[in-house]
Amino acid sequence: MSIDHQKNIIEVKNVSFSYDNVEVLKKITLDIHRGDYISLIGPNGGGKTTLLKLMLGLIQPQAGQIKLFGKPLHDFRDWSKLGYVPQKAINFDPLFPVTVREVVAMGCYGKEGILNWLKEKDQKNIDTALARVEMTPFADRLIGNLSSGQQQRVFIARALAGEPEVIFLDEPTVGVDIKNQEEFYSLLTHLNKDLNITLILVSHDVDVVSHHVTELACLNQTLVYHGDPKQFMKGHYLDDLYGKNVCFVDHKH
Amino acid sequence: MLEIFQYGFIVRGLEAGILIGLIAPLIGIFLVLRRYSLIADTLAHVSLAGVAVGLLLKINPLWTALGASALSSIAIERLRTSKKIYGETALSIFLSGSLALAVVIIGLAHGFSVDLFSYLFGSIVTVKQHDVYIILGLSILVALVVFLFYKELVYIAFDEEAATVSGLPVKIFNTLFILLAAVTIAISIPIIGILLISALLVLPTITALQLKQNFKMTLFWAEIISVFSIITGIISSFYLNISSGGTIVLIMLIIFGLVLFIKRTTHQVTVK
Repeated sequence: MSIDHQKNIIEVKNVSFSYDNVEVLKKITLDIHRGDYISLIGPNGGGKTTLLKLMLGLIQPQAGQIKLFGKPLHDFRDWSKLGYVPQKAINFDPLFPVTVREVVAMGCYGKEGILNWLKEKDQKNIDTALARVEMTPFADRLIGNLSSGQQQRVFIARALAGEPEVIFLDEPTVGVDIKNQEEFYSLLTHLNKDLNITLILVSHDVDVVSHHVTELACLNQTLVYHGDPKQFMKGHYLDDLYGKNVCFVDHKH
Repeated sequence: MLEIFQYGFIVRGLEAGILIGLIAPLIGIFLVLRRYSLIADTLAHVSLAGVAVGLLLKINPLWTALGASALSSIAIERLRTSKKIYGETALSIFLSGSLALAVVIIGLAHGFSVDLFSYLFGSIVTVKQHDVYIILGLSILVALVVFLFYKELVYIAFDEEAATVSGLPVKIFNTLFILLAAVTIAISIPIIGILLISALLVLPTITALQLKQNFKMTLFWAEIISVFSIITGIISSFYLNISSGGTIVLIMLIIFGLVLFIKRTTHQVTVK
């Protein structure tokens, strides 16, 4: 896959962030280019989700600057270029009375803007998004009645319905079984390769994501590593991150 | 049966009741799904302090209840988002604080001409023709705002973070919503009473949620349950000479129980 390194989608420059007085991120500098499929990995508390939230403007850094599509975050208005798949287990109420189609439609709201109803084009985008994740037959089912793997696909479809250029995913496979995880990752690869959508994926599962992504950014307060996942697995970075003698459980792909 | 409509206060009570019955689920469904039920109860207690001020100053208590509830709703929302104190702690400060204020004002005034009991538990006798117009105007306002911002309110209730990322001004919508809740609660006082308002807001929605429908159908059933309970509640409270608020809430509870019972005999039960 060819990555257009000319075009920076996200520029993180010298960003630091602390919760109260605990420094979570120290002087992070990281560029993400159009077409990248990058995973932010690292130990718990290493700051990967924090960095994702900083990039999305959900929290503000104490120091440094973040640019999205060349614009500083506070001037950025093109939110429809971004898709977001939140950490499902925390954010999602299985009893919420919405159908799959209603959830996917939410992905179009930001683009249409306040006071505008969804148009025919949006309905087509919703249909396409549902088809892409193979959830068309479930469109009228309540979201709470699906398996967690299916729910995860619906959240991907919601992100796709807004026709984003980049999708942010926060630990999307938590609670999804291995077989569905594999299907999930091949769907992501398809989105990245065939639709040229830039993907930024937060994961704690270094071993699994390194098989799929094209780049790894490894965070433990500082940016420990950024580059090819194969080089990362060969190097001594894992020792630095998790301590020596760490053994990864193979998921038998 | 029809002689009931010869009484002006019954007609006014039914008019105001149906209006409130229609808007309560519009607000209630979001309160329940966002786990804001306790906020409704708090705002109702704040309204009592407003009612007491109104009675003391001889202003229409509906207006003072509205003011007190709207102001404190904004304060509660600010305290909640500032995260300086726990959300429930903020609520209990307002709940007990306003109750304390209400009790002191009532004590200072030494016996109001109006029975305070009817504000606590609802009595349609207190509804004046003027109040019906105020309730009509504010009900239209609440319904219109919910209709216009329906998709945003659903999105924020379902996934506040994703709604923020999509560029929606979530903070403004949250403040707008809590204001709508404050208005709905304040205008419901005459019919349902301060102590029973949260039941009016919560019960039709949790009953409708048992039916496992999509969002609009859940709202539709909540509306049916709410308006039906209010009409039958007001009419039976007239014939039995009992409090309208208590009767309405009991009817809602009976419907909730029936739905649970029918579901238990047919399907699996889900209580929110």
